[in-house]
Amino acid sequence: MSTTTLLRSRPSRPLKGGGVSRTSPLKPRRSRLLTGMMLLYLVYTLVPLLWLLLSATKTQDDLLSSPGLWFGKTFALFSNIQDTLTYDDGIFLRWLGNTLLYVVVGAGGATLLATAAGYGLAKYKFAGRRAVFAVLLGAVAVPGTALAVPTFLMFSNLGLTNTVWAIIIPSLVSPFGLYLMWVYASDAIPHDLLEAARIDGAGEIRIFFTVALRLLVPGVVTVLLFAVVATWNNYFLPLIMLSKPNLYPLTVGLTQWSNQATGVGARPIYNLVITGSLLTIVPLVIAFLFLQRFWQSGLSAGSVKQ
Amino acid sequence: MKTSHRRSVRRLVLATAAVTAATVLLAACGGSDDSGGSAQPQGSPDAVNAALEKGGTITYWSWTPSAEAQVAAFQKEYPNVKVNLVNAGTGNDHYTKLQNAIKAGSGAPDVAQIEYQALPQFALPGSLVDLREYGFNTYESAYTASTWTAVHAGDGLYGLPQDSGPMALFYNKEVFDKYGITVPKTWDEYVAAGKKLHAADPKKYITNDSGDAGFTTSMIWQAGGKPFSTDGKNVSINLQDDGTKKWTGVWDQLVTGGLVGNIPGWTDEWFKALGDGTIASLPTGAWMPGVMEASVKAGAGKWRVAPMPTYDGQPATAENGGSTQSVLKQSANPALAAAFVKWLNHDGGVKPFLASGGFPSTTADLKDATFVDKPSAYFGGQQINQVLTGSADSVVKGWSYLPFQLYANTIFGDTVGKSYQAKSELNTGLKAWQDALVTYGNQQGFQTNG
Repeated sequence: MSTTTLLRSRPSRPLKGGGVSRTSPLKPRRSRLLTGMMLLYLVYTLVPLLWLLLSATKTQDDLLSSPGLWFGKTFALFSNIQDTLTYDDGIFLRWLGNTLLYVVVGAGGATLLATAAGYGLAKYKFAGRRAVFAVLLGAVAVPGTALAVPTFLMFSNLGLTNTVWAIIIPSLVSPFGLYLMWVYASDAIPHDLLEAARIDGAGEIRIFFTVALRLLVPGVVTVLLFAVVATWNNYFLPLIMLSKPNLYPLTVGLTQWSNQATGVGARPIYNLVITGSLLTIVPLVIAFLFLQRFWQSGLSAGSVKQ
Repeated sequence: MKTSHRRSVRRLVLATAAVTAATVLLAACGGSDDSGGSAQPQGSPDAVNAALEKGGTITYWSWTPSAEAQVAAFQKEYPNVKVNLVNAGTGNDHYTKLQNAIKAGSGAPDVAQIEYQALPQFALPGSLVDLREYGFNTYESAYTASTWTAVHAGDGLYGLPQDSGPMALFYNKEVFDKYGITVPKTWDEYVAAGKKLHAADPKKYITNDSGDAGFTTSMIWQAGGKPFSTDGKNVSINLQDDGTKKWTGVWDQLVTGGLVGNIPGWTDEWFKALGDGTIASLPTGAWMPGVMEASVKAGAGKWRVAPMPTYDGQPATAENGGSTQSVLKQSANPALAAAFVKWLNHDGGVKPFLASGGFPSTTADLKDATFVDKPSAYFGGQQINQVLTGSADSVVKGWSYLPFQLYANTIFGDTVGKSYQAKSELNTGLKAWQDALVTYGNQQGFQTNG
């Protein structure tokens, strides 16, 4: 973060024309090649989004008869949205509600647990910390998807499959978030501050909630964003855990709609799948726009030795 | 946290690999062990009627478009029975969930829709109820011979047939007329038509085929091939038999000549190609008209139906697709579940099924004049059911699917699919498919030879 302050403290118009050499580290030379590559990458990232936006305005017939990156004969965005929200007795809204539930409870809980545990591991010395660290690194290396099947068999023995807990409980554990919070807490909270609080007579719980948590906000937001995105996009776990459509999150529900186009008795509803996908990413885009300030500062934390 | 991006990329790669591994693992769960679970109550023909009178609640998993109307009609007729209809997914999603629930010992429905090709996979390990104990074997005469065979595995009867898909040749008359192509009666004529069409307009193809296990097995079936046979724990696989060779002899010409469009079925591109004439014909199941009417509106009035081309000009065809409804061993009320299956595919459920555009397996409906002679506006007023019901009579006998057909279908793309992509001889891919299947079968505890 010290780099940011340094940059800001420079005069805003640094010496036009002469004086500073063109290779000054503070005003890096522009590279046409890099700019070009970034532009290509920008197109690469935005074209699918543009396609999604344009396709969401088309009827099922227009989708099959008009070019992908331009409008169709009719502008059907609003009727598509209406159909998406009402198809099959409005099951899309139910899926949206489910996703929100899994995200709020699952990702929220995961962030809380990761923050508390990361803080504890960073700031308290106790036997077995190294062991925890080793286990944690191992857990980061194993992707959740690989554990889905064993988790299914375990939950099945507990009678928890086909319930919301089958999605929420596994989502509560985020080894990567814990690791991030651990590293972040060790840097962001000076030991002296905790000592001062203790001398002033604050209890450990109070220190965590009133002193530590405030210093940890950028880290918490980063972990929260990671957890929200992971839970929002969670597909394989709910796919195998749930067989009741009214518990599905959006990801599994939309796939089911998409698969309707296959085989005997096919009923393709691509226009609803596409409009549904568009509606699905809107909340995520909004979350990113609101939280990205925190996120950026969280990402760069620890990159500069203070 | 510079590494976080790289790490998330790596996690993504790992995750993708893990999904693949887990899917294989799930598929591997199938077929190997006996998992019926609950003690099996003794059934009898009377038990079915008694269960209907007593009432109760059952769960039914299905993705067929007619299921909702059927369940509503059933509950109206039997108000003391409650049927929970669940759409657990289409095709493989549905089977994965079913297999998981069987493996876990709980959570399976009482009645499930199962495609004919998947039936042995669930029936042979003992996950389904043999409906002979309810006397359902006496209904044989109500169904076509081919679908009746399809609901059997070993000696057992594991469902009553719902729809059927005897194959016929659907063709775009507008395209055929424009390029002066007559409707082919033999496969040699079909290849010639494919060459003529593609030469006249390189953007048009006689049909599309980018490698589809269901289509390939049906085509081998039509050619008289019997590559798969199962006897208890013994499975033999021979994708080098005469029938298979007969099919590759014809299809190689189309594939290596680039005469078939590389358009995967059921994609939006495919639906589009059916409407705009890019795909000029389609050898497929008799259920296709319902799909075209609903989803290929641009093709209205252009398409017609003809009998399948054959190797010698004599009528011969195969089944493609179609499902049955089966009772799961896990069911707490198998008699009521069996009663529902009987109503669904033998009694009151047939009418709503026909109304939804399905193609029946019940002989009475296949002979019913109002069904047979009904003109279809989509097909330019042609009485298409005359062709399609005729096709139901000429299905080649003696076909059976593998007891791990679903797994076989998932690896089709990695083996035979490669021949398609390389436009090379299909036999290379078929050999690879056979080798992979023999290895897998032995791993699953079958005495597999090929």
